[in-house]
Amino acid sequence: MSEVKNVNTNPEGTITTMVERDIKKVTARQKVVKVISQTIIYIFLLIIALVVLFPFYWMIISSLKSLTEYRYNIPTLFPEKILFENYLVAFTEGKLDVLFVNTLYVGLVSTIFSLVITVLSAFAFARLEFKGRETLFAILLATMMIPGELFTITNYSTVHKLGWINTYTVLIVPFLVSVFYIYLLKQNFLQIPNELYLAAKVDGTTDLKYLWKVMIPLALPTLISITILKMMGSWNSYMWPNLVTSKDSMMLVTNGIRNANFSVSAMGGEGSAADINYPVQMAAVAIVSAPLFIVFLFLRKYIMKGVSRSGIKG
Amino acid sequence: MANESVATKSYPLYEARKKVGAFLRKIKFDHWKGWIYLSPAIVLLLIFTAWPIFNTVRFAFLEKYSSLADLNPDITFEFGLGNFQYVLEYQYFKDCLFNTIILCVLTVPISTFLALLIAVCLNSIKALSRFLQTIYFLPYVTNSIAIGMVFAAMFNIVGLNRADINASTSLGIVNNIIQFFGGTPINWINAGSGYWENIFVMVVYIVWNALPFKILILLGGLQSVNKQYYDAAKIDSTPKWRVFTNITVPLLSPMIAYVVITGFIGGFKEYSSIVGIFGDTMGPPGAKGRLNTMVGYIYDAINGSTKQYGRASAAAIILFLIIFAVTLVNLQVSKKKTHY
Repeated sequence: MSEVKNVNTNPEGTITTMVERDIKKVTARQKVVKVISQTIIYIFLLIIALVVLFPFYWMIISSLKSLTEYRYNIPTLFPEKILFENYLVAFTEGKLDVLFVNTLYVGLVSTIFSLVITVLSAFAFARLEFKGRETLFAILLATMMIPGELFTITNYSTVHKLGWINTYTVLIVPFLVSVFYIYLLKQNFLQIPNELYLAAKVDGTTDLKYLWKVMIPLALPTLISITILKMMGSWNSYMWPNLVTSKDSMMLVTNGIRNANFSVSAMGGEGSAADINYPVQMAAVAIVSAPLFIVFLFLRKYIMKGVSRSGIKG
Repeated sequence: MANESVATKSYPLYEARKKVGAFLRKIKFDHWKGWIYLSPAIVLLLIFTAWPIFNTVRFAFLEKYSSLADLNPDITFEFGLGNFQYVLEYQYFKDCLFNTIILCVLTVPISTFLALLIAVCLNSIKALSRFLQTIYFLPYVTNSIAIGMVFAAMFNIVGLNRADINASTSLGIVNNIIQFFGGTPINWINAGSGYWENIFVMVVYIVWNALPFKILILLGGLQSVNKQYYDAAKIDSTPKWRVFTNITVPLLSPMIAYVVITGFIGGFKEYSSIVGIFGDTMGPPGAKGRLNTMVGYIYDAINGSTKQYGRASAAAIILFLIIFAVTLVNLQVSKKKTHY
C-alpha cells in the first residue's frame, strides 16, 4: 500500500530506492529469523546427539570406576581413579575369550556358506532360464512375510530330533539361506547387462567363470553389505543361541554376556546374588560393543546402504 | 571379387549369430542348470522354511501337542482348535499381548515423529550434518541386549534390595538427573517398581534404539525431494510449519508409511530389548514375566521342560495374523494418504 502512495507523490527515481529499501528490510528480517531458527535447530540437534551418546559415555566411565565410587550418592561424571582392571575382570569372569572365538567362528563360517549359496541362487534367478523360475521366486518372497518365530518352533523340534543341540552346526545351518539376501543380489545382478553374459557365452566362458570374473566384482558393494549384515546378525542373535545351547562352551557373545554372572558375591565380595558389580558388567558390555563400532567406523557407507534397503536389524 | 569380399566380411558375423542361436537353443534345453544352481538353497529352504510352515500349522491344530510325543510315539493328539482356545483364554497370554500392543502403540508414533523432526532439522543445516548423522546412527550398530544392560544400570537403584538401605547407594544416573532438577527419584525397574514405570523405561530404550533406522530412511527421502516445491513455497513466503505439513509430509509419505509398517512389524516382535533391561525373567524382581511379550510367550512355551509345541504354534500363528492384519491396515491407510 505504501508503495502505491510513493508512486503518486514521488518521482520515478525514488520509487526504486523505496522498493529496494523494502526488499532490504525484508531480507534483513528474514536473516534474523533464519539465524534464530538455525540456532534453535542446532540446539535441538545437539541435545538429541547428547541423549544418543549419553548411554555410551555412561558405559565407558562406569566401566572405569571402582565399585565404591560407582555407588556414590552423588555420581562423579569422570572417574576419580581410572581402573582398567575392570576390563580384565570382565574378560575372565565373563569368559569373553570363549564367547568371542565362538561368535567369530559361527559368524565367519555362516557368512562364507551363506554368500556362496546366495550368489548361486541369485545368479540362477537373474540369468538362467528354467521353468517355474518366476513362481518359485514369488513363493520365496512370500515367505518373508512370515515372522521368524513361526519357523523357530519347528526348527527347534527338528534340531532336537537331529541331536544337534549344543553344536556349531545348529548355530550355523538353519540360517544359511536368506531370501532377502537372494532378492538383494538378484536385483543387483539384473542391472548388469545381459549382453555381457551372451558375449561371454559366445566366447565359450563357463557360467561359473563368468560369475566369478564379471558378476561378483560388479556386485561387490552388495556382497559387502550382505557380509556385514550377516556378521552383525551373528553378533547380535540372542534367541536362537539361547534356545539351542546350554553349555557355557557353546555360547555366543549376546546370550553369553546376558547369562554371565557379574554379581558382587560371585567375585568374592559381600552382597546378595542380585547385587551386580556394575563397573565390571559395563566393562564387559564395552568390550562386546567395541568390534561393531570399529567395523562401523571403517565401513559406514556399506552398512548404511545395506540397512536402508533391508529394514531389518542384523 | 565383390562376391568374395562380402562373403569374407559377413562370415564372422554369420558364425557369431549361429553360435548365439545354438546357445539360445541350448538354454531352452538345460532347465536343469538353474535348478542345480538353486539346489543348496532349495534343500535348506525345504527343511528350515517350507517344512516349518506346514508343521507349525499342524502343531497348532493338534491339541496339547508337546515334546512328550518325541519320547512316546504311541501318544495320539486330537485334531482341533484346543491350542488356540487355551492360548486366547489364558490370562498370561493376554497380558503378553497387552504389553506388546502397548509398546507398539507408544513407541512407533513417538519414534516416527521424533525421527521425522530430526531428519527435517538435519536436512536444513549444512555444517556438522554428516557428523551428526553418524552419531545418530550409532545406536543401530550396538547389541540391543548389551546396551539394554547399560540402560538398566542408568535406571537402576543400587542396593535397594540390600538389608541396609542407608548404606552407600546410588539412585542411578537418571534419578540423579531428576533430583538435580528438583524432582523426586522414582523406582524405575527395581523390586516393587510400578508397571507404568517399567513401560516408561522400555519406551525410552526402544525409541532410542529405533531412531537410527527411521532417521536414515526419512533423511534419504528428504534428500531426494525435488527442491522446486520449496522454492515455490519460498516465493509465496509460506510459513515454515505450513511447508512442513503441506509439502514435506506429503512428499515423504511413502517413506513415512515404510518406517511405520516396519516399525509395527518389529514392535510386535519385541523381545530382546526387554531381555536387555530386565533379563530373561522379563520383569523386575518379584514380578517375573510382567513385561513379557508375544515372542517371549512363544519362546517360554518351547523352552520349558515339557515343550508345549502346540500352544507355541498357536501363539505364533496368532502373532502372524496380527502382523498381517496390521500391515494390511497400514497399507490401506497409506494408500489413501500417500500422495504418489
